[in-house]
Amino acid sequence: MADRLPATAGNVQRTIDAVWRMESAKLIAALTRMVRDVGVAEDLAQDALVAALERWPETGVPDNPGAWLMAAAKRRAIDQFRQHALHDRKHQELVPEFEAKQEAIVPELDEALDDHVGDDLLRLVFIACHPILAREARVALTLRLLGGLTTDEIARAFLASEPTVAQRIVRAKRTLSEARVPFEVPRGTELEARLSSVLEVIYLIFNEGYAATAGDDWLRPALCEDALRLGRILAGLVPDESEVHGLVALMEIQASRLRARTAPSGEPILLLDQDRGRWDRLLIRRGLAALVRAEQLAGSRGGTLGTYTLQASIAACHARARTPGETDWSRIAALYDALSQVMPSPIVELNRAVAVAMAFGPSAGLEIVDDLVGEASLKNYHLLPTVRGDLLAKLGRHAEASDEFQRAAGLTRNAREKTMLLERAAEAARKS
Amino acid sequence: MRFMVMVKATKDSEAGVLPSEAMLSAMGKYNEELVKAGIMLAGEGLQPSSKGARVRFSGDKRTVVDGPFSETKELVAGFWLWQCRSKEEAIEWVKRCPNPMPGESEIEIRQVFEAEDFGEEFTPELRERERLLGEQIAANAKR
Repeated sequence: MADRLPATAGNVQRTIDAVWRMESAKLIAALTRMVRDVGVAEDLAQDALVAALERWPETGVPDNPGAWLMAAAKRRAIDQFRQHALHDRKHQELVPEFEAKQEAIVPELDEALDDHVGDDLLRLVFIACHPILAREARVALTLRLLGGLTTDEIARAFLASEPTVAQRIVRAKRTLSEARVPFEVPRGTELEARLSSVLEVIYLIFNEGYAATAGDDWLRPALCEDALRLGRILAGLVPDESEVHGLVALMEIQASRLRARTAPSGEPILLLDQDRGRWDRLLIRRGLAALVRAEQLAGSRGGTLGTYTLQASIAACHARARTPGETDWSRIAALYDALSQVMPSPIVELNRAVAVAMAFGPSAGLEIVDDLVGEASLKNYHLLPTVRGDLLAKLGRHAEASDEFQRAAGLTRNAREKTMLLERAAEAARKS
Repeated sequence: MRFMVMVKATKDSEAGVLPSEAMLSAMGKYNEELVKAGIMLAGEGLQPSSKGARVRFSGDKRTVVDGPFSETKELVAGFWLWQCRSKEEAIEWVKRCPNPMPGESEIEIRQVFEAEDFGEEFTPELRERERLLGEQIAANAKR
């Protein structure tokens, strides 16, 4: 028998929080398989949590808390179904199934959980990220059902109000229930589309955490860890999917720079200015390993790398360079080229221009940028004139450069950036 | 947050007694669970202290002391690096670990310092440097 913590209320509360975060997804997944409704399943799991909060401070945390919660949730389910049985035939049909199961619950619970756990979790991932739901709803539901976060925690992390998030989750569960979304792993061609929705949700969570700044509630940066964890879990559930490893690689490498990318004042430090000694080598190593896996899997299927794998490859080029001067810009340019094939976008093109300029000189980069000048979606994007101005200045075309910096200064919303752009405009004007 | 989870040495581990096949398989299964849960960042088993050494510092003098070392219970026989949300979560995971040694054994959990824990001292004020604007956008794409 495991030693128990001294039963002070705070300790037990924190232990229950920890157990909940570890067990809730498995619990909800197993219950959804049984009751076929993710909303009902979550309510049952919450009831079990309430029961634990009542009992555990007295009895201590049981040796197998997951099994305890599962048994409590099932008891609760049977009670509810009995109550509803008279009114609802569908529920009536389920009662015998439940009673039969309950007899076997205690001894077989562990094994039952183990047998289905992976499949059920994966089904739950696909339900939470179902395309029928709006993007914010998918994000909230994923954090709630798979990350084990409370509504309050999600609200704080996303700078939203708790009622807003609560309502978002309630509506999402209702939508899933009304649409009778099946609890299953999509197959064949559907799998790819559904998986990309899952990857998008995880990456959105990661980016929300990455966008957090120093003074923020710690729950915001913690989203990076939550997303990484979800990504790693997903990689274990669908180990043969290249892009899942690509996304994990991208997140691990980006996370490796977390502590190098802000100055004590909170100012962001740009990639090439970061102290590379503060990059997390462990995360880089993990990211590079995940990238190798992604590339191998893609290679065995015809060789086309997906968008996350390509972005991870670009991030890896920077991670491998011990100094900014060692950066393999021609490889980065080639990777942006490949990325714009699978994900055509003027922003990707602009990045490619920068990489090409770094690798092959400013005039090669300028050629690409000039093609983007008429692009409607970049009309108000200050980085287009910024990059163009920079390349023109390098080519000695200072008058034109000055105009571009002026234009960029008029477009940026960041005061510090504006000042700097105006300085560059003045400097270029002096040289012209 | 990260935790270093250390398996303490025993007489057996210090004597170089290798774990049984049953232990290896139980530990392998446990490690798999840690990986599946997305919390395990790294983990290694260590050779007995007889194969190690210590370097003692006194002022600017250094003395090398070869293993083995006597205070068996204080020695480390293996470690993991985990990413958990709280110390309580790390404790819950450790409770699920198979006993790593035959008989009595102990696992110690220590939280890893994050850069923030060092405060300003660790991150001396960095002057904003002249920057290549073109590089900014390349950097932005990777953020």
